[in-house]
Amino acid sequence: MIYLDHNATTPVDADVREAMIDCLSDQFGNPSSLHGLGRKARKILEDSREKISQTIGASEDELFFTSGGTESINLALRGSLQKIDPGLLKLGKPHIITTAVEHKAVLETLEELKKEGRLEVTLVGVDSKGRVKLEDFQKALRPTTFLISMMWVNNEIGNIYPIEAIGHWVRSQKILFHVDAVQALGKLEINLSKIPVDLMSLSAHKIYGPKGVGALYILSGVKVASCHTGGAQEMEKRGGTENLPGIVGFAQAVEKIDLKNDNSRIKILRQKLESGLAQIPQSHVQGDEGSRVANTLSMTFEGVESEMGIIALDREGIAVSSGSACASGAVEPSHVLLAMGVNRGEAKGVIRFSLGKSTTESEIETVLKSFLK
Amino acid sequence: MPVMSKNLAVVAMSGGVDSSVAALLLKEQGLEVIGISMKTHETPHMDSREGGTCCTAYDINDARRVCQQLDIPFYPINFTEEFSEKVIDYFGKEYSQGRTPNPCVECNSQLKFAALLKKARELGAYYLATGHYAVKTRDTLGKYHLMKARDREKDQSYFLYKLGQEQLEHVLFPIGKYTKEEVREFARSADIKTADKAESQEICFVPDNDYASFIENELPVYKGTPGNFVSESGDVLGQHRGVHAYTVGQRRGLGVAFGERAYVKLINVEKNEIVLSDKDGLVSKGLVAQKVSWVHREFVTSGQMVEAKIRYRHKGAKAFVHINPDDSVRLDFVEPESSVSPGQAVVFYRNDELLGGGTIEKPIVE
Repeated sequence: MIYLDHNATTPVDADVREAMIDCLSDQFGNPSSLHGLGRKARKILEDSREKISQTIGASEDELFFTSGGTESINLALRGSLQKIDPGLLKLGKPHIITTAVEHKAVLETLEELKKEGRLEVTLVGVDSKGRVKLEDFQKALRPTTFLISMMWVNNEIGNIYPIEAIGHWVRSQKILFHVDAVQALGKLEINLSKIPVDLMSLSAHKIYGPKGVGALYILSGVKVASCHTGGAQEMEKRGGTENLPGIVGFAQAVEKIDLKNDNSRIKILRQKLESGLAQIPQSHVQGDEGSRVANTLSMTFEGVESEMGIIALDREGIAVSSGSACASGAVEPSHVLLAMGVNRGEAKGVIRFSLGKSTTESEIETVLKSFLK
Repeated sequence: MPVMSKNLAVVAMSGGVDSSVAALLLKEQGLEVIGISMKTHETPHMDSREGGTCCTAYDINDARRVCQQLDIPFYPINFTEEFSEKVIDYFGKEYSQGRTPNPCVECNSQLKFAALLKKARELGAYYLATGHYAVKTRDTLGKYHLMKARDREKDQSYFLYKLGQEQLEHVLFPIGKYTKEEVREFARSADIKTADKAESQEICFVPDNDYASFIENELPVYKGTPGNFVSESGDVLGQHRGVHAYTVGQRRGLGVAFGERAYVKLINVEKNEIVLSDKDGLVSKGLVAQKVSWVHREFVTSGQMVEAKIRYRHKGAKAFVHINPDDSVRLDFVEPESSVSPGQAVVFYRNDELLGGGTIEKPIVE
C-alpha cells in the first residue's frame, strides 16, 4: 500500500506507540486521584503538557487537552462566545470573521451558532490560488466583531496563510484571534512567543500521534468557557478524565517532529510527483505555489471524476483523497476549490496527494507510472 | 482503463437485504465483488429508523457494514447532481403537467444502468449486479431475455423495461430466481446485518409517499395553483390545490364533498381543471405509449397479443400491441381497463418474458 493521504491521518510513529503502550500497561491511575498512582499519572499528564507547550512557544498553563482538532475548535469558538465582553453584546449580535476555505469544523460550527441566532458570520473570500488578503478582513470588520478565526495551513490545497501579519492587525483591533493549526503542526515552525495568537487548535493524529487527542492553546488571560461540563479537569475548561495514553502519545509525537529533515526530503518527492503529473494534459496544480507546505499537492484533472480516480488508485493499492466527504462517505465537490472559483466540473476532478515521513522515491515513481499509463 | 474482467462484478448496494444478498451470492460463486452505493439525495430528516429506507446516510452505512461483513471493498459514489436533474426534477415536472411519473424507471435507465454501469466498466468490472427481482436468460443465438422473477409478488421486471441487449450483456440479477423469504434466509445464515431490515418504501426520496407535499416543499417551481374540480359535463364541483397533487385514478384526498364515488378522470393543465367521474368514467379501450424501447425488437411483432401492465402493481391485461414506425405504440385492450395514467410506464409481457415498454401518452377512450 502506497499511502499518500497524510493530511487525512498519519501512521502512528513506533516511539509514540511504545510510549502509549507503556502508559496503557503501567499507568492506569486517574490524574485526579490523590494516591500514588494518581499522582504518577498527573505527573505524566503535566510532563506531556510541558513538552508540547514548549515546542510551540507557549507556557504550560496555556495548553488544554481535548479529544482532537474538532473539539478544540468548538471549545475556542463556543467557549469564547460564551465569555464575550458584555459591553460588546450591547452593540448588537456578536460577529466573527473567517475564510471560505476553512475546515468544516470551523464552518459548520459557525453555521450552527448562526442558525441558533447567537452570532453573525462573514466569510472572507480567496483568489484563484486560494490566497486571502488582509484588507478583506479589514473591510469585513464591524464594531461587533469579537473574533477572527482562520487556518494556518489549508488541508486540501496546502496553502500557508499569513498568520503573523493578520495576527498583528487583529491584535491591534483588540479582538480575539483563533488559529486552526491542525495541518500546520509538524509542517511549519510554530512559535507562539513571537506570533500574536489568542487561541490555537491542535491535533495529534496528523503528526504521527494517536487519534482522539488534541489540544487548545489559550493565551493567558483570554476567557473561554467550558463546553464539556463535569469534573474540574483541565482547569475546568474540559471536564472528563484525561485520555492519558493519548496525551502521552501526542507529546511523544510532538517531540519527534523534525521539520528540517522531513520537509526538505518530502519537498523533493512532492516536486518529483508534481512535475511528473503536470505532464498529463489538462491537469492543473491548485493552490499557491509561492506559499504552500511541502507535503501537499492538489491537482485537478479535467474530464476525470476524482471519486472514480480514487477508487481506481485504491484498487492498485494507492491511497489518495479528494475534497470532503458527507455523512455517507460520498465525495462532495470541494468547497475550497469552489471558493477559488474553480468550476464545478473541474472541482469534481480533484485529487489530493499528501506525502509523509515514510514516503519513498520508488513509491512516487510507482504512482507516476500508474497515472501516466 | 483496466482490462474488463468477467470475474469482477460491481454490486449496486442500496443498504437493503436484496442487494446485500446479491453481493453475497456472487461472492459465493467465486467472483471478485466491489460494492458501490449511489448517494442519490439528501433527506436528513428521513432515515431508516424514522420510516424511509432508501439511500440515506443510514442506508449507505448499512451497505458499508454488509460489505465489511462480506469482506469486499465498498465505495459510496455521489450521484446527487445527476439524480436531482434526471429523476427528482423530472418527477416534479411530470406532476406539474398532470402526468404520473415513474422515477424508478428513470433512475434505473439513466443512472443505475447508464452512469453506474459505465463506472463499473471503468473499474474493470464486466458485470454490474443489482438486487432486483428479475431474471436474465440467454438463448442459443446469444440474445438476452428479461424474465419475471420467480417470486411473482416481488417481481421488479416492470422497472427494467428500458434495458436492451447492450446493457443486459453486462447486468446480473443474482436474486431473481429466489423468493424474498429465501433471500432473507441466505442473509440470516450468513449473519448479514440487513437480513431482517424492513422493505423500502415506494419512492425513495419522497417522505411518507406524500408526493404533493414533497413538490410543494422541495420543488416549489412545479407547484400548481388552486383551480376547479369539474364534472364530465363541466360543472364546477369544488376547488383543487394545484394539478401537481393529483393522479389519474385517484380517489382519496379529493375532499369529502364528492364522497367515495368520485375519481380523477383527467387533468387538464391548460385550463387548470381536474375532471372527476365515477369509476365507469375511468375506462379506456386502449392507450398510446411513446419512447418505447424493446429488450430486442425482433422478439416482438406488431399486432401480437401481449399482457400489458399499466402500473407496477397492475395485474396485467391482455392487449394487442401495434408498433408504429416512430418509437410509439398503440395498445388495444381486449377488455376495457380502468385508470390509464399518462406518464406511467406500460410494460409488455409474453407469458413470463418482458418484451419492452414505454411511457403512457394518453388513453384511447373512443
